[in-house]
Amino acid sequence: MTVAKTGLRKVAAVGAGMTKFMRRALETPKELSYGAASMALKSAGLRRGDIDCCVLGTAPDAFDGIHMNGEYLTDGAGGLGLPTLRGYVGGGTGVFSVIQGWYMVASGMFDVCMVVCEEKMSPCQPHPQAAFLTIFDHTTERPLKPNLLWIFALEMNRYMNAYGISKRDIAPVAVKNKGNALDHPCAQLGAKITVDDVLESEVMAWPVNRLDVSPTSDGAAAIILAAEGVARRVTDKPVWVDGVGWALDTAYWATRDLAYPRYVETAARAAYEMAGIREPKKEVDIVEPYDPFTYKELHHLEGLLLADRGEAPQLLADGVFDRDGRMPSCPSGGLLGVGNPIAAAGLMKLCELFWQLREEAGDRQVPGAPRTGVAQAWGDLMQVGTVVVMRR
Amino acid sequence: MRGQVAIIGVGVEGLSRLSPEQSYREMIHAAAVRAYTDAGIEPADIDSVVTVAEDLFEGVSIFDEYTPDQLGAVLKPIHTIAGDSLQGLGAAALQIATGAFDIIVLEGHSKASNISDTGAVEDYALDPVWNRQLRFPAEAIAGLEMQRFLHDSGTIAEDCAEVVVNNRLNALDNPRATYGASLTIDDVLGSPTEYAPLRRAEIAGAADGAIVLVLASADVARASHRHPIWIEGLSWSTDHPGLEERDFGRAAYCEQAAARAYRMAGIDSPAAAIDFAEVDDRFAYKQLMHLEALGLCEPGEAGAMMSRGHFSRGGTLPVNVSGGNLGAGYLFDAAGLYRVVEVVEQLRYDAGRHQLDDIERGLVQSWRGVPTSTGGVAVLSNTV
Repeated sequence: MTVAKTGLRKVAAVGAGMTKFMRRALETPKELSYGAASMALKSAGLRRGDIDCCVLGTAPDAFDGIHMNGEYLTDGAGGLGLPTLRGYVGGGTGVFSVIQGWYMVASGMFDVCMVVCEEKMSPCQPHPQAAFLTIFDHTTERPLKPNLLWIFALEMNRYMNAYGISKRDIAPVAVKNKGNALDHPCAQLGAKITVDDVLESEVMAWPVNRLDVSPTSDGAAAIILAAEGVARRVTDKPVWVDGVGWALDTAYWATRDLAYPRYVETAARAAYEMAGIREPKKEVDIVEPYDPFTYKELHHLEGLLLADRGEAPQLLADGVFDRDGRMPSCPSGGLLGVGNPIAAAGLMKLCELFWQLREEAGDRQVPGAPRTGVAQAWGDLMQVGTVVVMRR
Repeated sequence: MRGQVAIIGVGVEGLSRLSPEQSYREMIHAAAVRAYTDAGIEPADIDSVVTVAEDLFEGVSIFDEYTPDQLGAVLKPIHTIAGDSLQGLGAAALQIATGAFDIIVLEGHSKASNISDTGAVEDYALDPVWNRQLRFPAEAIAGLEMQRFLHDSGTIAEDCAEVVVNNRLNALDNPRATYGASLTIDDVLGSPTEYAPLRRAEIAGAADGAIVLVLASADVARASHRHPIWIEGLSWSTDHPGLEERDFGRAAYCEQAAARAYRMAGIDSPAAAIDFAEVDDRFAYKQLMHLEALGLCEPGEAGAMMSRGHFSRGGTLPVNVSGGNLGAGYLFDAAGLYRVVEVVEQLRYDAGRHQLDDIERGLVQSWRGVPTSTGGVAVLSNTV
């Protein structure tokens, strides 16, 4: 992004909705999309006829088991007869979907955009991990039969070694997020657990234990974005999409230093610049970093420049990231607590910012009337960062 | 958006029916080098990248992982559109229209020769609850649709066969085309029936190829390039994804997209305003159905006009002078992107042996193939 950020058309979120995240074998992906989209319409006080474009987010087709899954979802999501776009950046898709909705509306071509993310992982039997076997390079990596847990174990290990961090320093992320999720009506795995519970849970691929990992899930989430004129007409509490950024690093992940997510930093710097944020540590009130694994939340807080490198575990121990802390992190309960239907989980984070910044988050509401929120997702081969800054 | 976005660089690698000597990444790299050279840019100048791909055609889950390196775009903003080329063109053009981006690269490719059974992949796009367990091939939808179209429009089998004859003949003058041939109507009508009334010769054969475009904002385009080609109108649409709900006799997605694209371009009378067109012809009847949906002829007239030569290279409104999908080879979701390149080269008077004379405005229309109801329309011009 090279030109002045002034004069960009302003875009606001005006409605949000989501289904409960859980195994939803009886509902089709279309129906899940419909559930989230209709809740978002209702919350915005809009009707389907008010929508003039649609963004669909759904990660690999192998989960839902439908080729061109975006086509299939279109009518359930409210995109029938409209220009739809289904962009994807793996696990980063959920947050990216709002970036995509932003550029559709900010272009001046559209005024109201329905953004729907859906994932149904339960059709993938015996376990959705199998779909991940085909994300690796067919020549250099797939013959080794790696799975996601292995490569994230490598990354977690590298992070711990680079900064002298222990498993005990990281485990409180699971305690915090699963605890926060107890207050989320859509959560799959809210629980009151202890650090010892995490450390004593089954080792999946050292140093990753079962309670370090978010659960697979089925679900959908939706957000409605509107141009400034429409937003001010339909709501007194628009939540502005003030900054967006995304970046994709090389596919050759084995050649990178896994201790630090530089692609998240690149994306965050672009989003902060667009939002006019110079000192993120001081200016960001609330953050929803991507937490499919416990260490990832800390890793991403560092990439987002909200903690110095290697320092996030100390801030966590100091309570900075608690719901009543100085910078609440994953007040929703995150992927670890609410569940991880990949693309829908990313969009859930933006739904959470929408509700928190409007002070509509119920029992999850963070104190102090937060003004600026940041959501981030990550995906592909530990490779992509997607960042959105929202302000009320 | 009209007048805000221009295409300043194009690059093609291929097309070919087989490409065992190259990986898709090598093909994309070759196309990118050509496009960047054409546009006069370096990778460092790129603000954002859009690619077009579907996982199951690539044989890779989360295919966007493998997009940055061969485009020289590591750590750039990149995303992949699981959609048609013209949806990708939309994603790129909309980003420029926000005012936050000046130079955007758009990539699409086909490595169809790597897919052992493309039909089996398409079958996997059928509704898993209502359709898939009936175990019919997705391509059979084309037979049903053709039957309905012939019935509703009065088009005859010879008109559809003429599309094949015309497009494959055109392809003989396009050095990139892989299915050029001199055929007769009887050759086409004598080919075996696949899904009645659709014949084998009326189904476009697959090809491999990679296409890269460079798009720029108006300021950059005017300052830096000899032949910017402007996007005057652009839209796309998805009609009913369910087979049970759609009208099999017409291309509603194309009507919806065309209406919006013409409105953007300020076109009231498309048949008069458009000088030439590249129209989807994955199946021969589709070209006729799409011409009617585009308003380039009256409903029910496309077949007769085709047979009278109205749409041939020397006709009033030349269609698919590149050879189209039938003549050049079908590139799946990259098919529309190849058509954009053809229209850009025509409008630059750079198309070689199949160059048209005295042209100002060309149209590209695309369709995602069976079983989808998604397609796009773009109107390009060599004057602002």
